[in-house]
This record gives sequence, structure tokens and C-alpha cells, in this order.
Amino acid sequence: MNILILSGSNIGNKTCMAMEAVYEQVVNHVGEDHQVKFLNLQSLDVQFSDGRNFLDYTGDTGDLLKAVMASDILFIGSPVFQASIPASLKNVFDLLPQRALEGKTVAMVMTAGSHKHYLIPEIQLKPILSYLKATIVPNYVFVHESAFDHNGIRDDDLYFRIDTLVEETLLLADALQIARDKQEDLYGF
Amino acid sequence: MSTNDKPATATFERQNGMEIGIYTLADHLSDPKTGEKISQEDRIHQIIELAQLAEKLGFDVFQVGESHQPGFVAQSHLVILAAIAQATEKIKIGSSVTTLSIHDPVRIYEDATTVQMISKGRMELTLGRASRFGSYQLFGYNMADYDDLFVEKLDLLVELMGGGPIDWEGKYRPPLKLDQIYPTSSKPIPLWRGVGNTLNSAREAGEMGIGLYQAHLAGAATTYKNKIDTYRQAGEAAGFDPASLPVSTAGIVLPADTVKDAQKMAYEYLNSTLERVNGQGLNKRVYAQAKDKRSVMTIGNVDLIIEKLLYQYELFQPNRFVAQLDFGGMPHQQIIDHMYILAEEIMPVIKQATKSN
Repeated sequence: MNILILSGSNIGNKTCMAMEAVYEQVVNHVGEDHQVKFLNLQSLDVQFSDGRNFLDYTGDTGDLLKAVMASDILFIGSPVFQASIPASLKNVFDLLPQRALEGKTVAMVMTAGSHKHYLIPEIQLKPILSYLKATIVPNYVFVHESAFDHNGIRDDDLYFRIDTLVEETLLLADALQIARDKQEDLYGF
Repeated sequence: MSTNDKPATATFERQNGMEIGIYTLADHLSDPKTGEKISQEDRIHQIIELAQLAEKLGFDVFQVGESHQPGFVAQSHLVILAAIAQATEKIKIGSSVTTLSIHDPVRIYEDATTVQMISKGRMELTLGRASRFGSYQLFGYNMADYDDLFVEKLDLLVELMGGGPIDWEGKYRPPLKLDQIYPTSSKPIPLWRGVGNTLNSAREAGEMGIGLYQAHLAGAATTYKNKIDTYRQAGEAAGFDPASLPVSTAGIVLPADTVKDAQKMAYEYLNSTLERVNGQGLNKRVYAQAKDKRSVMTIGNVDLIIEKLLYQYELFQPNRFVAQLDFGGMPHQQIIDHMYILAEEIMPVIKQATKSN
């Protein structure tokens, strides 16, 4: 399977640190038959969506979209800006076609400066993922900024919560593959 | 626009039953089963041969669609239609669609009218907006002007089709003042508007009084009824005679011995086309659901395709249905076999059932 870990912020470093921890856990969990890729929007030059087909974008934008479309499992990391996901991440969704996440298992990691934002993934991110037809891992990891210091992650519990998310996501993706195989057998073509 | 200014539209004889035709998008892809890919020259010649065969088998119309992206060969679709005009004698010919937004309407007028004269009055134009970024880039337009470009160019083309005098001004080309536009065909070219999933396009076609060319791919047939009804209501509200508001539907046709064989073949060829051309295919479930007559996708055995076309006729009351038989690098002989099945086993039944006295 193709696994993509996407850090969706182009400001700050907490979301990226959390997603690097996701990347390490994914690599620990999967064998060599999986391709694992890490992309950080901060280091990419992504243009705004202008409505063209995703295949028609070039450069970093084209590479990013092709990586998302080629993935079977997607871990999305997002900070909370102004009580929502950042524009940089929304732009990725705007760049994608309808049904872009159909057949993909998608997990969320949210970083935030306030516990008041705990439900932001439920009300801001999940509806977009549902519209794009993702199979969403129900539980997400919500990370308060106090879990980090200037050296990185200081809250050991975050490692365990990320480990749980990675394990649940990989298991769900496996189960979905079995379900898809059964579905195909049912159709008989 | 008053009824007197109405652009020419195709006319139909209901007593002959629904017209049935063939359209091609002239895709040029490798066969996903064998990896084989013919040359671009051969593909163009095959399309001309298909048009000749369509005439021989009694189809009413043969259409070629313009595309400028990799994997297609009808960039100059009007040139191919000129060759088809010369290679055939009585079958109607047309575009499916002409991407008007990226062209000078004067050039489209001149080329289409020339084909109209070569074909001795058999030419039709179906107009649409280019949907891919590369087309706009190729001809130096900005895709941000997507809507305005089409509106303006269609406005000029309709005026040109009136023959003159022309006194026109717009945003995307210099003003045009002419007493007469040449060449001038004795028979006007019927105009259609190609419509996909946009309700407003159907409404605008009705308001202009040009034909509605409704393309469909998958989903419930009833989904498309809304657009066709809107077209007719808008046309009547604009003062046009409902009988002068033709409707054509366009969809893929894939006949096989069994429904399952057709589903398998559609998945192999159509889905791989969509993946290669658009970057994403359809869920296999869509092909599985095509076994139900209410699915608009006209694939199956002969009986199911007949049942579907009659159901769609009942829903849409179209004047014409055009079938796409060639996609995804399907071998030429297979396309020919499908054309024979459509002509000999399906078309006579549909024609008979849709005849009115």
C-alpha cells in the first residue's frame, strides 16, 4: 500500500513534529511492501486552486496531488487557525477532484493552542473528507500545544496516542481491502 | 432575442422514429488488455472508416469531438469532418463537441461552412467549453475567463451564422463590421449546445433556442431529465416553438453476449480511459449497477440495451441518441462488431418503437 503522511500547515513546527512522529510509527509498523512518503506543505511551493483538472498542475502542486491520489492511506496533520483548518490545507482539498479520497483510509492529527478547539476536526475537517468520499478513521489525535517544547514532543502520552492511531488506521485499511475484495467477488467481473 | 433571430436547429421527422447516430472523441490510447497502440495516422483513418460504415449500416449521424490533450487525435476535428464529408454521401455529420471557447468564431464559421458545402448540407455544430487547462494555454486564453469566453464566442458565432451584415463588439477580439461573411452556404448549419452536468448550460441553450446535446456517462437516467426539462421550459418561456427545440442524448454503448461480459469490458476499457485521461475512474459499483435499466449507462446484452434506450426515450423524449462505441484503445474490429450489433439488432427495434403517426 501507498501511505502518505501530510503535514498540512505552512506556519510553525508543531504539526510537522507530530506528523514526523506519525511517520516514525508508520515505518515501525509496516513492512517493506508498503511505500511510505512524508510531505510537509511548508517545504512545497503549492499554488492556489484555479479549477483545472488535477493532472494539469505542474511542479510541487502537481507532485503533491499525484501523491495524494496515489495513496491508499493518508495521515493528515492540521493545526487549528481561527477555529478551522488552515487555508494551506483547504487549498489541497480544493485542488483535488470530486471523489478524490474514495477508497482511501484517512486519519487525522490536529494540533491546537486551546482545548476549546477539540471538536474542530469533527465540524471542520470530517465533512470535507466525507464529501471527498474518504473512509475516515473515527478517532483522531488531538494535540494541545503543551505537548511540545523547543526540543520536540515532551508529552510521552502523545507517542502512545499516535501509536494507537497508526495501528487502528492500518488495521482499518487492511479490513477495507478485504471488504473490497469481497465486493469484487460479488460483482464477478 | 426574438423568435425571428433564432439560430438554425436540426429538424426531425417523428414518423421515422428516434434518430440514432455514432460519436467519437477520437481517443488514442493503448489497449489496456494487450498494451498495443496503433499510430495516430491509423487512428484517424479508422475514424473515417467508421463514419463510412455508419453510413452503410443506416445510422443517421456521425460526429467527431475536439480535444487537445495527450491521448487524442481529433485536435483538428473539423478537418477530419471534411474528410468524412468527402468519404460519405448521405449520413449527417457533426461535431461532438467543438470547443468554441478557445477559438476565433470566424475561423469556426469558415471551416464549418466549408464542411457544410463539401458535405452538401449535412453538417451540424455542437458547441461546448473546453474543460482542460491545456487547451486554454495552447491557444493563449486564460481559463479564469471560462464562462465569459464561451458566452461571447457563441454570441459572435450565432451572429455570423446569420450571414450578415455583422456589427459586433466584444472583449476577447477586435470589433467586427462586415456586410457579408463568406463562404455562404445555402443551407444553414444546425447548432447544438453540448451539456454535461451543468443545469445552467441547459437553461441557456433553451433561452437561445439552439439544440440541447446532453451527454451522459453514469448514474440514474432520471438525473438528466431535470436538465432536459429545464431546457424545454426555458426555450418555451423565451417564445420558441417546442417543436423547434431538438434534444439529443449521447452516451457510451457496449453490447456483449451477457450483461456480465459487458460490465467486465466496460470496466476494462472505459475505466482505464477515465483513469488515463481524467486521472480517476468510477467505482466498480457503478458498472455493477448498470445492470439496472434505470442506470443511464447503455451497456449490457442486446435486450438490456434496448430496454434502457426505450426507458430513456420515455423519460427524455429525445429526437436523437448518439452512441460512443470506441474508447480506451479497444481494437478496431471489436468496435466494428459493436457497430453491427447496434445497427442490426438494436436500432430497428428502437426505430420501430419510437415511430409516431
